[in-house]
Amino acid sequence: MNASQNSVGIVATQLFVFGQHPHELTLENGEKLGPVTLAYETYGRLNPQKTNAILIAHALTGDSHAAGFHTGDKSPGWWDDMIGPGKAFDTDKYFVVCSNVIGGCMGSTGPASIDPHTKKPYGLDFPVIGINDMVDAQKKLVEALGIDKLLCVAGGSMGGMQVLSWLTRYPKYVRSGIPIATALKHSAQQIAFNEVGRQAIMADPHWKDGNYYGAALPVKGLAVARMVGHITYMSDESMMAKFGREKKTEKQPFKFTADFEVEGYLRNRGDHFVKRFDANSYLYITKALDNFDATSGKPLQDMFSGLTAKVLIIAFKSDWLYPSYQSKEIVKACKSAGVEASFCEIDSAYGHDAFLLEVEEETRLVSHFLKKVFHDLRE
Amino acid sequence: MDTIDLRLDYRIIMRYVPAGSTVLDLGSGNGELLQMLTDKRDVRGQGIEIDEQAIYQCVEKGLNVLHGDIDSGLADYRDKSFDFVILNQSLQQVRHFEPVLKDALRVGKRVIVGFPNFAHYKSRLHLFFSGRAPVTSSLPYTWYETPNIHFLSIRDFIDYCRSRNIMINAKRFTGLKHEVHVMPNFFAQTGIFVIST
Repeated sequence: MNASQNSVGIVATQLFVFGQHPHELTLENGEKLGPVTLAYETYGRLNPQKTNAILIAHALTGDSHAAGFHTGDKSPGWWDDMIGPGKAFDTDKYFVVCSNVIGGCMGSTGPASIDPHTKKPYGLDFPVIGINDMVDAQKKLVEALGIDKLLCVAGGSMGGMQVLSWLTRYPKYVRSGIPIATALKHSAQQIAFNEVGRQAIMADPHWKDGNYYGAALPVKGLAVARMVGHITYMSDESMMAKFGREKKTEKQPFKFTADFEVEGYLRNRGDHFVKRFDANSYLYITKALDNFDATSGKPLQDMFSGLTAKVLIIAFKSDWLYPSYQSKEIVKACKSAGVEASFCEIDSAYGHDAFLLEVEEETRLVSHFLKKVFHDLRE
Repeated sequence: MDTIDLRLDYRIIMRYVPAGSTVLDLGSGNGELLQMLTDKRDVRGQGIEIDEQAIYQCVEKGLNVLHGDIDSGLADYRDKSFDFVILNQSLQQVRHFEPVLKDALRVGKRVIVGFPNFAHYKSRLHLFFSGRAPVTSSLPYTWYETPNIHFLSIRDFIDYCRSRNIMINAKRFTGLKHEVHVMPNFFAQTGIFVIST
């Protein structure tokens, strides 16, 4: 398949602003945030009945640029393999929307945005946000686009949590959901990895309690956080296959240079990341992940009660960051609520990254699942 | 006309499932039976299947299917959440026969069970004359590669239901191409039972 043949082509990020005083977004913790900007992109066309809209929710460090190319860019959006004409999320049939989460740093309001009260970047004055708040902001955008009911909400990892939030909190607004490689709530291990990332950032002398804007950035800390992240996204097997114990050079290295390939890779990933991501956003979003609980403290059996949307749950065998037992918990909730559901544990060696890489298998599942949901709707 | 091509056991099962029923198919394979029930009986169906490739085939047919084994598949469903729980050619392969059947009877208002009859005359002859574990068209596996764990006859199953106070609402028996009405424990290759508590 040639990428340019079935690409959505050149796309541009758009901005949606809402929550002007006194209509601020009320957050889960009761605080108010406004005005709020959401960066978003759309692909395909909304049909006249407005029944073909699909919302794609991105993962921790993702953005609204899910498919196609920005002018002058060589690499496409982060889920371009899955979104486009004839692809899993077929833009010939569906209208696909993807927005950057609030708290993020890719165009949506986050800690690096200007606080209208102080005219300075929010920094740590930015309120604590949750996954549910991200979804509430998305809902404003979806409504502004004139969509009463989404055909589907889909996403992997943190995107999957947003799917669960939609399904449990706005069941009447969605006809189906596709949570991929995700969890109802983080385990102690998942929180622990995030905490290491946060501590790395906060230990950086440039972090300065989050007041680093306009000065030297806490790039070292953020890079280490990203390195930890990358380890958890891969599997033992995929790392061994990619790097083994290969060395970058046969020369006797200086004591602690990155002589192994894997060391070089991690440093490179870290260095790249700091150019595009804000350290405070990393803190806020990882906290949102850790705090999320799709059951809202209710028994598992009750979280989906009355849900009529269909659900497709996907997990990956080698994913040890979001192990498949967590997806099976979602399956359990579907079973006890009588929700029509499909679940597949894909035999992949790629670890958590598999949700971005196992395109063929995901396409088989997603394309037919969507076809059925869309077909049932028109009957 | 088109039903003639369908598998005989599927045709029999279809007869017992009224239109609009809810069905849980345990060991749904590639989804053939569920699809047939969906198309012709307009059932609301759910499959459970262990094989990953079969999952793709089910989803391609537009079916709901959960990747998992039968032994742990029933526990999370509420009592009587389906009109029918179907265990066609799968009950003899589950590790824990009794708990699974019990749970199937809890989750389904009715349970449809289909299994190969170990006492079919060909199996008997095979064992008697060759002195080797039977390999027949309904029990096609050699002893070292069979997925079957439980070897039971039609009479065994009837005895079992009686001993556990399980009601047999209907029973049908099949040979290679036709239904068997005479001495089923001897002449039938497959037994299909509709049971309930």
